[in-house]
Parts: sequence; C-alpha cells; structure tokens
Amino acid sequence: MIDRYKPWQIVLIYIAVIIFLTFILLPFFEMFMASLRPLEHLFRSPYQFWSDDFSFRAYVDMWKTVPLLGRYILNSIFIASAVTLITLALVIPAAYAYARLDFPFKNVSLSLFLGVNMFTGAVLLIPLYRVLRTLGLLNTYWAMIVPGVAFLIPTGIWLLRGYIQKIPVELEEAAYVDGASRLYTLRRVVLPMAVPGLIVVGTAVFIGAYAQQFLFAVTFNQIREYQPLPAGLFEFIGYQSVTWNEMMAAALTGVMPVMVIFLFLQKYLVAGLTAGAVKE
Amino acid sequence: MSQTWFAWALILPAILFIAIIVAWPLVETVRLSFTNAKINSESYVGFENYAKLMESRKFQQTIIRTFYWMILSVSIKLLLGLIGAALLNATVPGKALFRVLVMPPWVIPIAIGMIGWLWLYNGHFGILSGAAQFIGILDGPFEFLAYKSSAFYSAIVADVWVGTPMVTLFLLAAMQGVSKDLYEAAWVDGASRWYRFRRITIPQIMPVMVSMALLSAIWTFNSFEIIWILTEGGPRGATTTLIVDTYKVAIGNFKFGQGAARAVVIVILLAAFSGVYLFFLEKVNRRYGTK
Repeated sequence: MIDRYKPWQIVLIYIAVIIFLTFILLPFFEMFMASLRPLEHLFRSPYQFWSDDFSFRAYVDMWKTVPLLGRYILNSIFIASAVTLITLALVIPAAYAYARLDFPFKNVSLSLFLGVNMFTGAVLLIPLYRVLRTLGLLNTYWAMIVPGVAFLIPTGIWLLRGYIQKIPVELEEAAYVDGASRLYTLRRVVLPMAVPGLIVVGTAVFIGAYAQQFLFAVTFNQIREYQPLPAGLFEFIGYQSVTWNEMMAAALTGVMPVMVIFLFLQKYLVAGLTAGAVKE
Repeated sequence: MSQTWFAWALILPAILFIAIIVAWPLVETVRLSFTNAKINSESYVGFENYAKLMESRKFQQTIIRTFYWMILSVSIKLLLGLIGAALLNATVPGKALFRVLVMPPWVIPIAIGMIGWLWLYNGHFGILSGAAQFIGILDGPFEFLAYKSSAFYSAIVADVWVGTPMVTLFLLAAMQGVSKDLYEAAWVDGASRWYRFRRITIPQIMPVMVSMALLSAIWTFNSFEIIWILTEGGPRGATTTLIVDTYKVAIGNFKFGQGAARAVVIVILLAAFSGVYLFFLEKVNRRYGTK
C-alpha cells in the first residue's frame, strides 16, 4: 500500500484547510453576526465583536419589512429550475450529435457555440433588451429565463458531450441492429446511461442560473412580484433607513433551500465530473 | 446523408436559440457601434465612436486595468484552486465535510455574497477593520473600498472568493480521475509525495487546468456584478474594468452607440486573447501528449 501521512503532515493539512475555509466562510459568518445584532447596535463604533443583545428578531421581522420575501425566494428557485429544464432539453440532443455523429461543419459550429462563452449578458444588454421587447417578453418571468438559457447552452453542450463520448458505443449499435430508430436509441439507450452526466450538467446549469439572476432581473423586469431574491433583497434599503440586519437574515434564509439541495447533489457532482466529463 | 440531416435536426433548436438571443444582439451591437444612438434618436456616425476610444487615454488605462484584473485574479484562483483541490483530495478524516464547506460562494447568488463582502469591508462595523484594530495593525477604522488601490485589491479578493470554489471542484474531479496505478508505481520506485504531485498529478490534470484557466479568464474579464455592487467602478474609476465602463456609458448615460463600440472592443480583445491562448494550449497538449 502507498505511504500514509505522518502525524505532522496531517496537522499541516488541517491547518491549511482551516485557513482555506476561513477565507471561504468569513462573509457568511459576518452576515450571520450582523443578522443577530439589533439595528440600533449594528452601527456601533468602535467595532465590537460581541454584544450581549444578540437576538433572532431579524429572522421574524424580515417577513414583515419585505412582505414579498417568500415569493422572491421561490422566484429565484423557479427561474433557475426553468432555465435548467429548458437548457437540458436543448443541450441533450445537441451534445449527442457532437459526441456521436459526423456531419459537415461539426467542428466549426462547435467552436462557434463555445465562442458564446465570450459574451455575457452585460455586453449585449441593450440589443438584448430590444429583442426581448420585440418578443413581448419584458416584465415576465421569461425575460429572466430566456437570456439565462442562451448563455448556459455552450457550457452544457461542452460538459455533456464529454460525458456521452465515454459511454460505450456498442450498446447503441446493438439497438440499431435490433431495428431501433435513432431517436428511440437516444431516448432509451443513451439517455439512461448518461444520467450521472445529466446530474452534473443539470447542477452546473442550475447553479449558473441561480447565481447570476441579478443583472437580468433589474434590467428586464420591473414587476416586483416576479423579482428573484438577489434583486428583491435590495428592498431592505428603504427611504428612511436600511434594515441591514434583516437583509442579512433574509439573504441567509433565502439561500438555505438551494444549499440543502446542493448538499445532497454535491457527491454526485464530483463523482460525475471525475467520470470524465471534463477531460479534454 | 441522413446522418447529416439527423445531426442538424438535433442541433437546430440550440442554434436557433443562440441565434436570436446572442448572435442577433451581437450583430445589432456592431451596427449600433457605428451610430450615436440614444434613447429616441439614432444616426450613422461611421468610426467616430471608435476614433474617440482610440484617443482616450482613460480608455487605454481601462484596458490595461482590465487585463491586470483578469491576470491577477485568475492566477490567484488557479493557485488557490490547485491548493484547495490537493487539500480536499488528501485522505484525512473529515474530507467530505470540507468539500461541502468550500462550495457555498459558488452556489449562492453573486449579489448576495457581495452584500457580505460589503459589510466585511466596512471600516466601522466590519470584522476586518475591527480585527486589524484589535491586533494593532490599524489605529482607526479603515474603509477598504474608499481608496483607489485598496478598493481594487479588495474587489480582486471578492472576485477570487466567488471564482475559487468552482476551480477547486473541477481540479479535484480531475485529480480523482488520475489512475491510482501511476502513483503506486512511482511509490514503489521510491518517489516522494511532492515528487509524485509534481510529476504525476500536475501533468495529468494539465488539460483540465488549461481549459479551466481560459474559461475562468473570460468570466473574470467580464465579471460585472461583483464590481458593480461593491464599488460601481469607483473610487475615481479605480475598479472600472471594460465591462463596468460599457455598462456605465450605455445604461448609466444612455449613450447606446458609444456603449456598443466598447462592447465590440471587449469582444475583439477576448477573441484575440482566446486565439493566442488556444495557440499555446495546442503546444501544451502536444508536449504532454494528451491529444
């Protein structure tokens, strides 16, 4: 068996991990601390780490200050889910074609797809606004879903293509021999085999769609009821005062559902990526 | 022949979608860049917008700043990602927990993470300034986002924070994909842990590293929300990258034409950068024999 870590190496690894995690988790810790402080003590200077009046009141009051908060949290999840489903529906056939079939302009069109990665919504904001206006999608959920899908298709194709390439081609050939149509083979042979890859792509797309809702939401949607959480949070900035403690509480509460889902999926994510989706 | 039709039928929906939502707006952007379009007016001005950009010293500084921002941030992300992945790949108790705890900055909306950083960087109420005063590094509150160079590097740290988890995860997956036989064979030959990391792990994950680096570079170059929420490009333009500048001109000042010209410059610079990068990627691939 390969050599084990010596005790001092293990200690060193743990110290490094703790430093690494401190950097990663510090903003969350800070948000949590701020959410516990009563508003009048939030702006106390000089800085005080501990106050004896910590309370969870903000977690109760936030629902009253911004009545639509629950809706914003669900909107965020709904938008990201819709983006994921539509992206998968477009990406699965395309990724299959790039993984398995030979056709003219295959490499050219694939590079063009990947070239889309060079644009973000922010570069194309004004023409994109006009296109959405022409299509009548402004101020609807679609205004946030449609651009999200477009910018995630390339990554989706890239990830899933790598995964499908790793599936043994013999199974499909066997299905053809038995007289199955191409579409049937794709649906009943390739798709079930690609499930781990679909989890990877689905999770990556969902995260991409969930993490980047702010810009499209504030630019393409004016209707409060449709706003996702990152945009809705700024309602805590009122005319009179900013209830920062409630904003922090709402931010932490709002991302909880997705964090919990991710907790269950992350194992499959690493396993799926390892299985070869990112090779090449 | 039928395979060609079938292939294109499979790709067509995705192509149509991209054509309408990305390609058409791109064509429109190029057209707008030759006009002085504002909200309700628009007329052709030729290369005037570009000529203005060429002359502007401020714009040249913005380009340099953007590349500095990208190269510095991506280098740190890759370095931290590599260290993080190596740490998470070590077989020590608790590694499953560590793996979960590294992911949150990637999973949550960027705008929400930035609210946390805004608070951290606050001189009066933030823990960073507070801790620095407690230890004695500072003798008064320090506003991280109020001064030119501290704002720039503070924004870099926040950008690194957002980008590192994903790099870590992909490199971790790549490391786990390396065949155990290679390590055992090297171990039998008496290779040290560090030697195995350098001569087996690094070359084996190189293909993932280089493609990750390009993707990360493009995203960092276009990183908008992070800067916008932290500083809106200030103070005095210190954190204004090309994408922030474009947004400010086009959306902030409603100068659609001039904004479009900036957008086109972004696309040209990124295409050139990607081209040069892929040229070198080809060389790396040949050297490590992965293609």
